[in-house]
Amino acid sequence: MTSETMLSRRGLLVKMGILFNGLVTAALAVPIVGYIFSSLTRGRADSYLSWVSLGPVSDFPEGETRLATFRNADVMPTDGKTVDTACWVRRMAGDQFQVFAVNCMHLGCPVRWFPQSGLFMCPCHGGVYYRDGSRASGPPLRGLFEYPSKVQNGVVMIQAGELPTPNASLAPVGRESSCA
Amino acid sequence: MRLISQIGAWFDQRLQLAAPIRELAEHPVPRSTASWWYVFGSAAFVVFLLQVATGVLLALIYVPSGAEAWSSLQALNHDVTLGWFMRAMHGWGSNFMVAIVLIHMVQVFLFGAYKFPRELTWIVGVFLLLMTLGMAFSGQVLRFDQDAYWGLGIGASIVSRVPVFGPALVKLMLGGPIIAGATLSRFFALHVFVIPGLLIGFVSLHLLMVVKLGINDWPMPGRVVKRATYLSEYHALIKQDGAPFVPYAVWKDMFVAGFVVLAVAACALYFGPFGPTGQTDPTIIQTVPKPDYFFLWLYALLSLLPPSLETPVLLIGPVLVIIALLLLPFFSGEGEKSWQRRPIAVLTVLVTAITLGTFTHLAEFAPWSPHMNAWSADPVPGRFLRGTTALERRGALVFQVKQCRNCHSLGEQGGKRGPALDSVAVRLTEDQLIRQVIQGGGNMPAYGQNLSPAETTALVAFLRTLHPAGQSPARDASRGIVLGDVREEGTQP
Repeated sequence: MTSETMLSRRGLLVKMGILFNGLVTAALAVPIVGYIFSSLTRGRADSYLSWVSLGPVSDFPEGETRLATFRNADVMPTDGKTVDTACWVRRMAGDQFQVFAVNCMHLGCPVRWFPQSGLFMCPCHGGVYYRDGSRASGPPLRGLFEYPSKVQNGVVMIQAGELPTPNASLAPVGRESSCA
Repeated sequence: MRLISQIGAWFDQRLQLAAPIRELAEHPVPRSTASWWYVFGSAAFVVFLLQVATGVLLALIYVPSGAEAWSSLQALNHDVTLGWFMRAMHGWGSNFMVAIVLIHMVQVFLFGAYKFPRELTWIVGVFLLLMTLGMAFSGQVLRFDQDAYWGLGIGASIVSRVPVFGPALVKLMLGGPIIAGATLSRFFALHVFVIPGLLIGFVSLHLLMVVKLGINDWPMPGRVVKRATYLSEYHALIKQDGAPFVPYAVWKDMFVAGFVVLAVAACALYFGPFGPTGQTDPTIIQTVPKPDYFFLWLYALLSLLPPSLETPVLLIGPVLVIIALLLLPFFSGEGEKSWQRRPIAVLTVLVTAITLGTFTHLAEFAPWSPHMNAWSADPVPGRFLRGTTALERRGALVFQVKQCRNCHSLGEQGGKRGPALDSVAVRLTEDQLIRQVIQGGGNMPAYGQNLSPAETTALVAFLRTLHPAGQSPARDASRGIVLGDVREEGTQP
């Protein structure tokens, strides 16, 4: 009878063993979870966003849209060429610029600029945008993603560092606010 | 011979595996299941083993680094002896595995094998299917070519649409804010460690249950599954009409397995390895990314759905399908097994197969994609220009130069995104053409800002000539009266 109601020495040791291993697991889980989610926490303060140069203003003739490339500020040795990114730079007049991501707002395929018809066309599902980045036709719901841009000391700068996706910090043209 | 049996006995005294293995091999199966219909599970298993073997061989050379993955695949293709063949075997093995797993699933569904007491076998099988698809997608990423890069971008775009958690999930998936080296490493870990580990565990469970519960008996119309009586009926069947799996049924599995491996090797030899396509350089934007064969239906779905329905369908659709598959054995765990008495089951399979097949077929030539080079590569066929005026020829030039051709075909050449314009003049009157060109609409951009009035006039003049020889162009009957054009009124037929 006593063996059912009372805790035996062995039973206690097994329970303590379980408890001990549980504590060790919980303690180890902290760094493991921290490691797994490090790609999230690194971006919490938007620290991956930085201003990068696209070249001197004179590279971009007024009234034209040209392809420019930039290198991501944050580079790891295993990144290879993936840190080089392209973007479409539209110089309207003087220091007035619009810089669009090449990624289609629909699913991210690279859009191409056709100066003759003044349209960006996406090769994947046929999204089309006007020269100001606004949606013309096809499956995209809104316009192209536009990088925040400025001209500093005669150099065109954009704030980049994140893959443009529909809910990312980059706002598509024709969208009032970036967060829902 | 005696030496061999002595060595065998020495090992068995220590391992004690001979008896359980013999029991496993000779477990009784209903004679009716020694059928060519019951070979797909073992075929999938053999292809899985083939994938493990060729995967390990590829890992001897492959470098999971964003900087070197692509060139290590080039080395496999061109420098390493028979490296191309191993890549081709692994790539074709993957296609075969997805196909065989799907066929196995359809067979199991139509034969009612998911019903009591094999519900859990089916559920584990659903997870095995998801893992197989996960392996197919992550394997495509490891190629780390242009298709992989932009495919990841598409994946990120879809994931990003998840409410609230979207952006966080994207960073978790990519291992950072952009597609880079960390993304490849992460998919390498998934493809080589995580999913295969899970697959081995789940395949073992799946097989264990097949052996413990017995293979599904051949479905006879009218032999209804009831929870209360099924087990005793099954045991009676085995006692009365059972035979040991080895050798009674296994030879068919062996023949099919051998044939499938040969078929993989033949495809590998004949068609060679998949890619890699262009280097992963995001500054090269002259690319038309396309997913691998088994995701082509999704590519089609994404362009054919109305835009506003896309996100709900993408995010909710897969969840509903998976839940339906998981719950299936609970909603129809009893009853008829035979497909001859289950018309809805047969219809479901047919509709699904036809839908996926149609989408895949459409995606092969992607009529929704503009032909990015049509405007400069496909000239206007001469017959459309014969006997035209200078203005109309000028219009044909405008038609080419303004990239109309990227979406509209003439003489079967050019994009299929918009309607073919071979006989557009029959469908639209002059005013309607002008309006359509300038204002766009119906999935066409407005060209008003990009065409001068002279260009529009020339373009519409050309479009007015596009009608079959025996048919006159469409005209607005009231136009002549309103404009007081008596001459045009007079030409009315």
